[in-house]
Amino acid sequence: MLRIDCPHCGPRAQVEFTYERTRDSIVTLAMTPNEAMNTLYSRANPRGWDEELWRHSYGCRQWLLIRRHRTTHAIDSVTPC
Amino acid sequence: MSRYSALALLRGALTGQRHWQPAWRDAVPKKSYDVVIIGGGGHGLATAYYLARHHGLRNIAVVEKSWIGGGNTGRNTTIVRSNYRQAPLHNFFEMALKLWEGMSDDLNFNVMFSPRGALFLGHSDSDMRQLAERGDALACDGIDAELLSRDQVAKLVPLLDMADTARFPIQGGMIQRRGGTARHDAVAWGYARAADALGVDIIQNCEVTGFSMAGGRVTGVETTRGPIGADKVGICVAGNSGHVAGLAGIRLPIEAQTLQAFVTEPVKPMIDTVIMSQSLHCYISQSDKGGIVLGGDPDQFPSYAQRGLAPRLEKTAAEAIALVPALSRLRMVRCWSGTTDMSFDGSPIISALPVDGLYLNGGWCYGGFKATPGSGLAYAQLLATGVPHPLAAGFGLDRFARGATIDEAGVGPWPQAR
Ligand SMILES: Cc1cc2nc3c(=O)[nH]c(=O)nc-3n(C[C@H](O)[C@H](O)[C@H](O)COP(=O)(O)OP(=O)(O)OC[C@H]3O[C@@H](n4cnc5c(N)ncnc54)[C@H](O)[C@@H]3O)c2cc1C
Ligand SMILES: [Zn+2]
Repeated sequence: MLRIDCPHCGPRAQVEFTYERTRDSIVTLAMTPNEAMNTLYSRANPRGWDEELWRHSYGCRQWLLIRRHRTTHAIDSVTPC
Repeated sequence: MSRYSALALLRGALTGQRHWQPAWRDAVPKKSYDVVIIGGGGHGLATAYYLARHHGLRNIAVVEKSWIGGGNTGRNTTIVRSNYRQAPLHNFFEMALKLWEGMSDDLNFNVMFSPRGALFLGHSDSDMRQLAERGDALACDGIDAELLSRDQVAKLVPLLDMADTARFPIQGGMIQRRGGTARHDAVAWGYARAADALGVDIIQNCEVTGFSMAGGRVTGVETTRGPIGADKVGICVAGNSGHVAGLAGIRLPIEAQTLQAFVTEPVKPMIDTVIMSQSLHCYISQSDKGGIVLGGDPDQFPSYAQRGLAPRLEKTAAEAIALVPALSRLRMVRCWSGTTDMSFDGSPIISALPVDGLYLNGGWCYGGFKATPGSGLAYAQLLATGVPHPLAAGFGLDRFARGATIDEAGVGPWPQAR
């Protein structure tokens, strides 16, 4: 199991958190429909590091930005966002 | 290839069974092929077989990074059925199910397809209404679906907890009697042997690490065993779809996630059908060796680790024990996981890609084993002719931009649909 170091609550078990989406898949209001579609529906899905939005759903309920390795499961950073 | 038969076995007995030959050649990569299939899982091997068998191609290679069938083909819980709600799905999976019914004969390899029935339990009025609606949709397309009363379910699976006070009270169910399970390894081996007999080169321990392109067209693949030229390249790598498409600079509506399964110690026959549920995500069947095979939800965050989290196993085990209390007496002997290609509407993608000559078969989420023969057949047609198979025409990559997603779970753009 992952242990995620919430900047608000300290180290907590991964089951308290929910993965939301990657940082580069946040749709903004300024996007054209085509940009929005591509952002919403496609992912780099790397076999390596990516930046992801998670939520501490069963803790402080804050959104977090996590830089995480998708093969080793190593967590490089957890920052509020 | 010498045919497998009872007679050959008897004849072999006279010569001490020394007649056995390897089921396929261990091929060395040639300089170039008409078609290179990346990925030696069931889908890739079936594709190669149907390319040779139905489209007369002979210069085909399947390139596999480790050993064939060692990916999700060899890790899945082997449930085969066609009873989906959406017409594009159930019509496609029904085509596949019909191929399962004849597969052992067609391949001359016993894939142990066992149509023992695929039962969905209903736990509430709303579950029963949804099961009835799904059954009607299936009946409209001539696919078997039978709504079962509470008593019929109790009779079919006597070990279910049918008490009113059960954790998940059972109101009834829906069964597809032609559904069931199959031997996963045999599917990979059977297709490999049959494809090899038609001249397909099966190249193992050969990872594709890049693509060669000229003028916007793919001209071959770079591999750990050197470059291989190709007129057409078909990606068929399940959980690695995002990574391999990324080597060609393409982003897909797919995210890789972990799905786990586990098996108990072998016991005498206790469950002779496949048990699933409309509300829970827990599926139970008994293997031919006697182990109870269990699976549940994916881990629900991106991962290529082929290594899952304990809480998922605990949840699946808790649900299974609530449904079949006798399971609490069994020991879990093994658990494992595979990397699944979770598409953003839960449906597969069999499609040309925005690079000429490059194609994708992926996005099977955790339901692609049952598709294996149909997926191979449809992908072979697309690769050979450039025209999608009519039953797979809705699985193009363009459906996301067109708003024509096939969203069985009805959850929108999330890579965690079934
Ligand atoms: C635990 C679990 C349970 C499941 N249960 C069911 C079920 O009950 N019913 C059902 O219908 N489906 C089920 N599935 C889903 C099903 O297993 C998959 O959808 C299906 O096997 C995908 O088939 P495949 O042959 O394409 O994949 P795979 O067998 O994974 O084949 C892909 C191959 O590509 C190779 N590869 C990857 N990258 C490269 C590269 N760069 N170069 C060369 N080769 C490469 C891999 O090594 C692999 O062998 C389950 C999956 C899992 C993980
Ligand atoms: Zn917190």
